Amino acid sequence: MVYMDYNATTPCDKRVVESMLPYFSENFANASSVYQPARAARKAVEEAREKVASLAGCLPEEIFFTSGGTESDNWAIVGAALKLEARGKHIITSRVEHHAVINTCKALARKGYRITYLPVDSHGVVDLSKLEASIKKDTVLVSVMYANNEIGTIQPVGKIAELARSRGVLFHTDAVQAFGKLPLRLDKNGPDMASFSAHKLYGPKGVGALYIRKGVSIPPFIKGGGQEKGRRSGTTNVAGIVGFGRAAEIVAAEMDADIERVGNLRDILEKRIMETIPEIVVNGHPENRLHNTLNVCIRYIEGESILMSLDFEGICASSGSACTSGSLEPSHVLLAIGLPHEVAHGSLRLSLGRYNTMEDVEKVSSVLPGIVDRLRQISPFWNEKKTG
Amino acid sequence: MEYTDKVCEYFRNPKNMGRIENPDGVSTVGNPICGDVMKIYIKVRDDRIEDIKFETFGCGAAIATSSVVTELAKGKTLQEAEKISNREVVDFLGGLPPVKKHCSLLAEDGLKAAIKNYREKKGAK
Ligand SMILES: Cc1ncc(COP(=O)(O)O)c(C=O)c1O
Ligand code: FES
Repeated sequence: MVYMDYNATTPCDKRVVESMLPYFSENFANASSVYQPARAARKAVEEAREKVASLAGCLPEEIFFTSGGTESDNWAIVGAALKLEARGKHIITSRVEHHAVINTCKALARKGYRITYLPVDSHGVVDLSKLEASIKKDTVLVSVMYANNEIGTIQPVGKIAELARSRGVLFHTDAVQAFGKLPLRLDKNGPDMASFSAHKLYGPKGVGALYIRKGVSIPPFIKGGGQEKGRRSGTTNVAGIVGFGRAAEIVAAEMDADIERVGNLRDILEKRIMETIPEIVVNGHPENRLHNTLNVCIRYIEGESILMSLDFEGICASSGSACTSGSLEPSHVLLAIGLPHEVAHGSLRLSLGRYNTMEDVEKVSSVLPGIVDRLRQISPFWNEKKTG
Repeated sequence: MEYTDKVCEYFRNPKNMGRIENPDGVSTVGNPICGDVMKIYIKVRDDRIEDIKFETFGCGAAIATSSVVTELAKGKTLQEAEKISNREVVDFLGGLPPVKKHCSLLAEDGLKAAIKNYREKKGAK
């Protein structure tokens, strides 16, 4: 099998699994209890917090563990809205956010909040002047993602933070795709909040974190027994958090080499695909793009049929085509960068990672042209184009 | 997305794909829901569909149902072919995921429109 869907999720690194195992049956203690095993579990959780903080370039006490990226996004946005309710009900986000952000904003819109969805340019970068113009007296939060999951475009997070700060508005960033792929340094000049998810960096699913900058406070989203210093309740997911910590530690040690190696594989793959397949465009920013992400639109054919054909060859990838979406709408990200419906239809995302090899790149670049050819043979548009 | 083995098989090895030069009837139907397009070409002799081909820009289900509808129609009289319903196509494939039911409508509509086109052309002669 060739797995090229690392932006969807990553395999759990065996070293991560190893680190988690003692916390299932051996030391299963509730980390909030008083006895010795609980203290050991607490210690493991605090060590994990340090490792996650170290990868994020922040303080351990600024990390709050959650059940994943989705919860972190929900918490940050709803929390900021509730905290600043008296001040205003306007939130600014972008048209290319993950559904965890978009649907949270939509839910708030139903409660009377005004939401501004910032447009992006053809590379997927938010318009800073529009952001500046959108900040009004009642604006309480800006939420713009760090890096996009579909096309990999990296946003000017530093500039957005500066702008938000100068206008006294909180800034949250969904850093789920950036965390582990880009070196982060979350300090006083950066965002006020940032969402992370372990399963995108070779950790387990169902665990993540919200970075909340020191001095910023938002009310809890999950209420209960007061874990995580009262800010995120629920019996501590010790094994998951330990795994997240180990995953962050491994990424920290290997990131530079990984960026170089995986980035190189992605570049070769991109070059080969662009050379062998006519009528194809690369989506995302040419430079400011995640090193592992390749998103293309292959004209005159449809994404799901490309995915099925790749699947028959044992290749796992994804698409933003309307036919794969369940809602039968093409990806909002591809529409936001200005692609017409029918072009977005032929979208294919190949996202690489730690376990990809040159053989994988060779396999994909050797089978894809044949698949495209076959599907184009069946396509009325391709045939029309050819015969004029 | 759960496709039956039959859908995968037909997607992989569709029959009757391509064009017919100088067809007796041709149709282009589009799917307002997701934007897919299907084209059906027929050759008619003595009121029977002697040959039929399709071109489809669409998902796996759209390609599989295109293939099935052409196979069901081939050799049938126009009256028989007109009765082919999307239900029949779906049953033939052992079912489709609910979100994909509309793709099979495209197949039924495409065939009917091609027959209609044939009749119009003939009537006009
Ligand atoms: C940008 C982005 N935000 C949020 C999420 C959701 O994270 P999780 O799967 O941990 O809930 C994902 C991944 O699916 C993502 O890519
Ligand atoms: S043709 Fe688009 S979902 Fe089937």
